[in-house]
Amino acid sequence: MTIELERTDDVLFLEGPPLTHDGGDPGVDRLPPAIVETNPPSVDEPGPPESDPDVPFRPSSFGPSDRLEMVLAAVSGLAFAWALCLVMDWSHPLTFTIWAIIWFVAGIYVTARARTSKVVAMDRLVTTLIWLSGAFAVAILGWMIVFVLIEGIGGLVDDLPRGEWIARIGAVGLMIAAVVGVRWRSGRRSAAGTDTVLSRLLPRVVGSACAVGALMVLLPVINTEFFTADIAEVGPLDEGGGIYHALIGTLEQITIATVISVPIAILTAIYLHEIKGRLAVPVRFIVDAMSGLPSIVAGLIVFTVWVNTGRGFSGASAGVALAIIMIPIVTRTAEEILRTIDDGLRESALALGAPQWRSVVQVVLPTARAGLITASILGVARAIGETAPVLLTAFGSAVTNYNPFSAPQADLPLFIWGLLREPNEAQIARAWSAAVVLLLLVLVLFITARVIGERGARKRTGR
Amino acid sequence: MALTIPDAPAPDGALIDDVPRPIVQSRTFGDRIFRGISAGAAATCLFIMFATGVFLTWKALPAITATGVGEFLTGDTWQPDDEAFGVGGLLINTIMIALTALVVGVPIALGLALFINEYSPARMRPYLTGGVDLLAAIPSLIFGMWGLYALSEPLSGVAEWLASHLNAIPLFRLTEPDVSLTRSTFIAGFVVAIMITPVITSVSRDVMAQVPRVQCEGALGLGGSRWGMIRDVVLPFGKSGIVGSVLLGFGRALGETIAVVLVIDLVFQPNLNILEQGSGSISALIATKFGEAQGLEINGLIAAGLALFIMTLIVNLIARAIVNRSKLAG
Repeated sequence: MTIELERTDDVLFLEGPPLTHDGGDPGVDRLPPAIVETNPPSVDEPGPPESDPDVPFRPSSFGPSDRLEMVLAAVSGLAFAWALCLVMDWSHPLTFTIWAIIWFVAGIYVTARARTSKVVAMDRLVTTLIWLSGAFAVAILGWMIVFVLIEGIGGLVDDLPRGEWIARIGAVGLMIAAVVGVRWRSGRRSAAGTDTVLSRLLPRVVGSACAVGALMVLLPVINTEFFTADIAEVGPLDEGGGIYHALIGTLEQITIATVISVPIAILTAIYLHEIKGRLAVPVRFIVDAMSGLPSIVAGLIVFTVWVNTGRGFSGASAGVALAIIMIPIVTRTAEEILRTIDDGLRESALALGAPQWRSVVQVVLPTARAGLITASILGVARAIGETAPVLLTAFGSAVTNYNPFSAPQADLPLFIWGLLREPNEAQIARAWSAAVVLLLLVLVLFITARVIGERGARKRTGR
Repeated sequence: MALTIPDAPAPDGALIDDVPRPIVQSRTFGDRIFRGISAGAAATCLFIMFATGVFLTWKALPAITATGVGEFLTGDTWQPDDEAFGVGGLLINTIMIALTALVVGVPIALGLALFINEYSPARMRPYLTGGVDLLAAIPSLIFGMWGLYALSEPLSGVAEWLASHLNAIPLFRLTEPDVSLTRSTFIAGFVVAIMITPVITSVSRDVMAQVPRVQCEGALGLGGSRWGMIRDVVLPFGKSGIVGSVLLGFGRALGETIAVVLVIDLVFQPNLNILEQGSGSISALIATKFGEAQGLEINGLIAAGLALFIMTLIVNLIARAIVNRSKLAG
């Protein structure tokens, strides 16, 4: 590598078309000539500020004056957009935001261009745009979650006076603050080496006490009817009714899907990474293709071979369809996990004379356990929100059907889907409340998977 | 060294005089069973995809033969009573939604990938990747509800602006002046764009993370700016992987069902005025018509599903081939 760098170093001082590619070495090809053009400031461009010749100039460095420029651009952008909206009589916040951002980005480019060089200005422009796209993605995710929560939370809790709400939420907030504070303090103490048995125990005690306290404050206000009643005898315009039948359906279908898909997926991952058999290449290719399979096609195939051949709609067929969706997700994640396990572990098992199956069952799988649980939970989190395949296989129902092997069954997404098709406020409100439950389920599953996965990864790499 | 290396043992593992026993021994009985079970599981995956193709084709044939292959792929009428099942218009609308999603989603997704890889502070990175994974895990139904109730209204304002200021572009023209601008390809494309962002971001991020760090350092060491490094080292290196990730996103967008059904009004005619009400997709057709379909119409829906299956399979296989090749090159 050093040689290549030296070579391009020479090229830097060439005038005119610099590089004569010697073709053979791809490394040289990839260090592209275009860098050369960006590097030495040509004559007609204002050079970098020559304050101290010993300090190397970095085009991407960001100092106090740049920060000032950025603040000025932001403030002037807001002012400009505000003035524009006043003059043109626009009122939509979206219009305001768009114009403010346009002015902000342009301002950053223009000031950087005026003060330094084209290269720096371009770099600053791209940096701004990329930060904006990051912020945009985070904002969208936050907007969506908050929007769903605001629309749907009302149906999940009892009607209480505003003062009581403030008191309850305030109490929970105080508890969270206490937990965070205690953890932070004990973290500081253990970092400083002044921790005692008590200071190590304290966060756990406070944490569990606050968790119990938060449950005691929040549980009584939850609308229990919503979770314990079904919708069979509730007219579309009536109050009341709940999602019990949908929860039962979700639970049964997801259990069936997990029981089918997780063993297949983990064994397939073992085949792909531990055995590396003859079929490994085509199987990996097909698993990749499966992960791009539209979910409705998974439902359609189960409908074709099972439901439509006289067996009728049922929860179990929905479980099979969901399993088809889960298999590629779990397989891919599980294979990644197996890949992180040190080969030394496998080899030491084999060196002790263990046959391969014992090395896998007693060494590899226990080491990978946390990761494999993570993979399965992520698969469940994906499957639990699928609507289309369940629509074609379980069809949906308003009554509680405990038997997954016969008759249509509801589940959570399907229940929401059915309500959304009805043009009526009460049903839509119910749909939003159920959507909050679904979203919270997915969030809890996702966070659980992450926490387990992280602990497992820390164990595997020995902290 | 006094050791002489013997000739390779005979491939069948038979012992030859004076040659050490081969390192690989014949597998134990337990191993053979273990390998058999795993191979069986792997074969199940192959079988599922194979069976999907076969059974869909088998059940689709009655409807396709009743309509005629050409009419099925190009027609835009759906009259079960006349045994006319044409999904040509829907195919075009499906592709239009997916393309709109790409136009909106690809810049955001690639910007996000670069942001996570090159720009974000290291402490933020795990949370950002977690956020991207979470975006992938959020149910499509919830995307659809959000698109319908939160996004539709501001976006129809944007659509109005586009229609009145950029109507030189044929796509943004309206057929009549006061046509409704909600429930259109444009809005569906926006929702789908956000749904395909995580796929594109995570795959292209993986590819771009494989750029040899030495080359990036080299570019910076030569005095290049960070953008210069990205433009001249990261992007050329990851080019094919990025193309592959975009194709993967396209495949996802083609098959998206529930979010699209919630946001659009299903029409069978191709609608190239993307701002106008009325759009469609194959999966939306299946989800909408499935409830009351009977007899041959069920076969028609299966045929539509087959078309979708083949289309996404081709796109996905090409995309995966490109991504895998670019990973091997790295």
